Amino acid sequence: MTTVHEPRTSPEVGGIGHSVRRKEDDRFIRGAGNYLDDLNLPGMLHMAILRSPVAHARINSIDSSAAMEIEGVLAVITGEALAAHGLAWMPTLSGDTQAVLATDKVRFQGQEVAVVIATHPYIAHDALSHIDVDYEELEAITSPQQSLATSTLIRDEKEGQTDNVAYTWEAGDQDSTDAAFAAAARVVSLDTHYPRSHPAPLETCGVVADVNSITGQATIYMTSQAPHAIRTVFALVAGLPEEKIRIVTQDIGGGFGNKVPVYPGYVVATAASLLIGKPVKWIESRTENLISTGFARDFHMHAELALDGDNRITAMRAGILSDQGAFFSDAQPTQFRAGLFHICTGSYDFPSAHVTAKGAYTNKAPGGVAYRCSFRVTEASYLIERLVDNAAHEVEMDPADFRALNFIKEDQFPYLSPTGFVYDSGNYHGAMDKAKEMIGYDGWRARQAEQNADPDATKLIGIGVASFTEVVGAGPSRQYDILGLKMFDSAELRIHPTGKAILKLGVQTQGQGHETTFAQIVAEELGIPYSDIKVMYGDTDNTPYGLGTYASRSTPVGGAATAVVSRKIRAKAQKLAAHLLEAAEEDLDWEPGKFTVKGTDQSVTIQEVAFAAYTNHPVGMEAGLEGVTYYDPPNMTYPFGTYIVVVEVDTGDGTWKVLEMVAVDDCGVRINPMIVDGQIAGGLTEGFAKANMQWITFDDDGNCIGSNFMDYLVPTAWETPRYQLGETVTPSPHHPIGAKGVGESATVGSPAAFTNAVIDALWSKGVSNIDMPVLPHRVWGALNGVEASP
Amino acid sequence: MQITVNINGASETRDVEPRRLLVDFIRSDAGLTGTHIGCDTSSCGACTVLLDGRPVKSCTVLAVQADGSEVKTVEGLAEGGELHPVQAAFKEHHGLQCGFCTPGMMLVGSALLEGNPDPTDEEVRWAISGNICRCTGYMNIVTAIQAAGGEGS
Ligand code: FES
Ligand code: FES
Repeated sequence: MTTVHEPRTSPEVGGIGHSVRRKEDDRFIRGAGNYLDDLNLPGMLHMAILRSPVAHARINSIDSSAAMEIEGVLAVITGEALAAHGLAWMPTLSGDTQAVLATDKVRFQGQEVAVVIATHPYIAHDALSHIDVDYEELEAITSPQQSLATSTLIRDEKEGQTDNVAYTWEAGDQDSTDAAFAAAARVVSLDTHYPRSHPAPLETCGVVADVNSITGQATIYMTSQAPHAIRTVFALVAGLPEEKIRIVTQDIGGGFGNKVPVYPGYVVATAASLLIGKPVKWIESRTENLISTGFARDFHMHAELALDGDNRITAMRAGILSDQGAFFSDAQPTQFRAGLFHICTGSYDFPSAHVTAKGAYTNKAPGGVAYRCSFRVTEASYLIERLVDNAAHEVEMDPADFRALNFIKEDQFPYLSPTGFVYDSGNYHGAMDKAKEMIGYDGWRARQAEQNADPDATKLIGIGVASFTEVVGAGPSRQYDILGLKMFDSAELRIHPTGKAILKLGVQTQGQGHETTFAQIVAEELGIPYSDIKVMYGDTDNTPYGLGTYASRSTPVGGAATAVVSRKIRAKAQKLAAHLLEAAEEDLDWEPGKFTVKGTDQSVTIQEVAFAAYTNHPVGMEAGLEGVTYYDPPNMTYPFGTYIVVVEVDTGDGTWKVLEMVAVDDCGVRINPMIVDGQIAGGLTEGFAKANMQWITFDDDGNCIGSNFMDYLVPTAWETPRYQLGETVTPSPHHPIGAKGVGESATVGSPAAFTNAVIDALWSKGVSNIDMPVLPHRVWGALNGVEASP
Repeated sequence: MQITVNINGASETRDVEPRRLLVDFIRSDAGLTGTHIGCDTSSCGACTVLLDGRPVKSCTVLAVQADGSEVKTVEGLAEGGELHPVQAAFKEHHGLQCGFCTPGMMLVGSALLEGNPDPTDEEVRWAISGNICRCTGYMNIVTAIQAAGGEGS
């Protein structure tokens, strides 16, 4: 863990570049965190949800009379009851509608049908089995291909919907792309499916809704990555006055995109509290979490690269078909129907690209959340990095050399991509060179050549490279909004008379360490020790409006707001310092924590200035030292890096294991290097998970396979590889502290590195693709020409 | 049924339904919410506590089975205000992010170190392989447990 930039502040102040230990850890290591399920309010009731056992059916009737007779059951709520209040349907974050409780039909297995409210959670769950629902089963549509071919209409209730298409979208330029392909010396193509996955944070979703029937005040405690936006959605959906809605998030046990959307459970619990006049708690079980909330990915992708005679890429074509499930509920900016998938031209310099996207409804759970990902950047990065690797193999070039030949060069930034992004900065050759050096690339290639040359070898070495470019930090208000809410973010900073501070954020941590890193930004800008700065978030009554934390936007947007508000305060502090030192403002020098009169040793500390702001401010100046900033980023940020992984594939049983992995990340300036490395190690493990084992699939009847941690395999410490981490630092030119965001890079960049490594081992055996997860039976099937079952 | 369980040195006597899970007894009856719930299939280890010194998944033990036993939860790791070496090491080595798996991880780690103060990387990984962490990628958890062992020995 080396720091490339020498910190400007002392370790006690703990500004940028210091690996200070996390402030939040003191409560977590003592078991004193405040997670949602830890909250118990007086008189609180418990809610359990009855879910559809089938994927597609008409509901003929629901009989809840037997459930109502159970002692301790207070209410059974069905879709019909909600419909009477106009609450049976709600809007999704993609502008579609989603059933809160099913009225007409169920459209996926696990869909919410009714809820029980009871005095005890065990009783609420007991009562579910006493509700009798008469389902008339319909054909289950379980793939987007089937969906587009069938005449069965999944969304027959939706006005104007005449087919199963959820959206269509395109980016780039078709004419110039077609021309480039017509002139190409060679075309390389790839078809691959990025499988359905689930973020599965260790804490599931939940809510405690507390609506006061006398005052109308609704305090809603929930696991939300975007509490302010949720408040506004609640105001619009439920017609509650927004000033009476307070969303409180407390500590969140991981989110990874799962906790961005509004889920039916939140809405029904709130409605139940309103109806009954008591607090209502709903905590999702793991099975409910996996079968009904926030899936991710599920892109069927086809792409082609055009190459000239010198192995340079001249154009790219990509077409994707996404499986949206029963409701189109991607959490993504309004203008971009397939998220930021059009970043799929990646780290490479070529003039033309054309991207088309279509989404289909199926009888599967809705979601499409950005699972540790900036809105489909993960699928995009996987596609281009798999495609360039195959291209390199086809033209018989080393995959690292093929990339280096086609990279955007350092002097080309800012770089306008063929699909319209303006990459702010980059040094792709630098990251590649560093990764190759760290892993000993040439040595591994030599060992591979030797080991794989043996015709009887059963253990083949493969070396996988991925050089990803992300686009994060949504986003500039001219292009980025969700349901009309512009994607700025905010920071409010108040310095108390004794020089201690409180910082309130519109973004929302779920374990990323905001209480520490955001305090470090203030420490850097004002010289106040990070330990003197309390960071608050996740209480909409007490923090400024913001769009929340997902898509790696906290540091790019909320971090920028924090730096800017600190600078505003410093400007006022300078006026106060001039008053205290009886000098002209422009005669003062600033170093973190102190103003000094130029050429003298006369100085005042920021703490003395803060005291004066309340005790000795000049006539005509407002008292106090505080400010608020709503930051509208001028551009996105573009983190990048190169990952190299060496695997050994066992041709006998199709298993593969990681022998060595190096990850070189460039996320611009690193605020807390220890925390950055922690984010990368976690992200790499998520990438490994998807390449190796983690996916959700369905049988032909629409039964979800992967509904618990025995079927939905997530890596334990035993399977997880060890990583070596490296860095280069290319500051973002437009971000106030040069940071770019890092929480997702490794999840975005690493899956292709793993798959490429396995394919690299098997290319000479005629294997050019295996879809993720690269399971042993698929590897074996590919080697032996046997079509593998899913 | 009436049961008495000694949790972190304090005796808890309650009437419980025979089907009540130990994790619910700890969280709801004893009010110790540092023990978490992360799954329905005994897979995640978020609910790990020490039952008579041995790590168990408290979602897979009935409260009545713990009658007369000693349970240690994360709240009982620190003694007399002094952090257990494992707790200090988790903070020092950034062994946690969201903190949801942390109590279980620390308890398994402390039990491992009782019998093996100097475990290898593999030994730690095997010991915690019943505990899922979705945030850290485990690397720093392993380092933290090993460092805590070094501290104690
Ligand atoms: S809650 Fe006990 S193992 Fe998951
Ligand atoms: S720190 Fe979040 S699950 Fe381990």
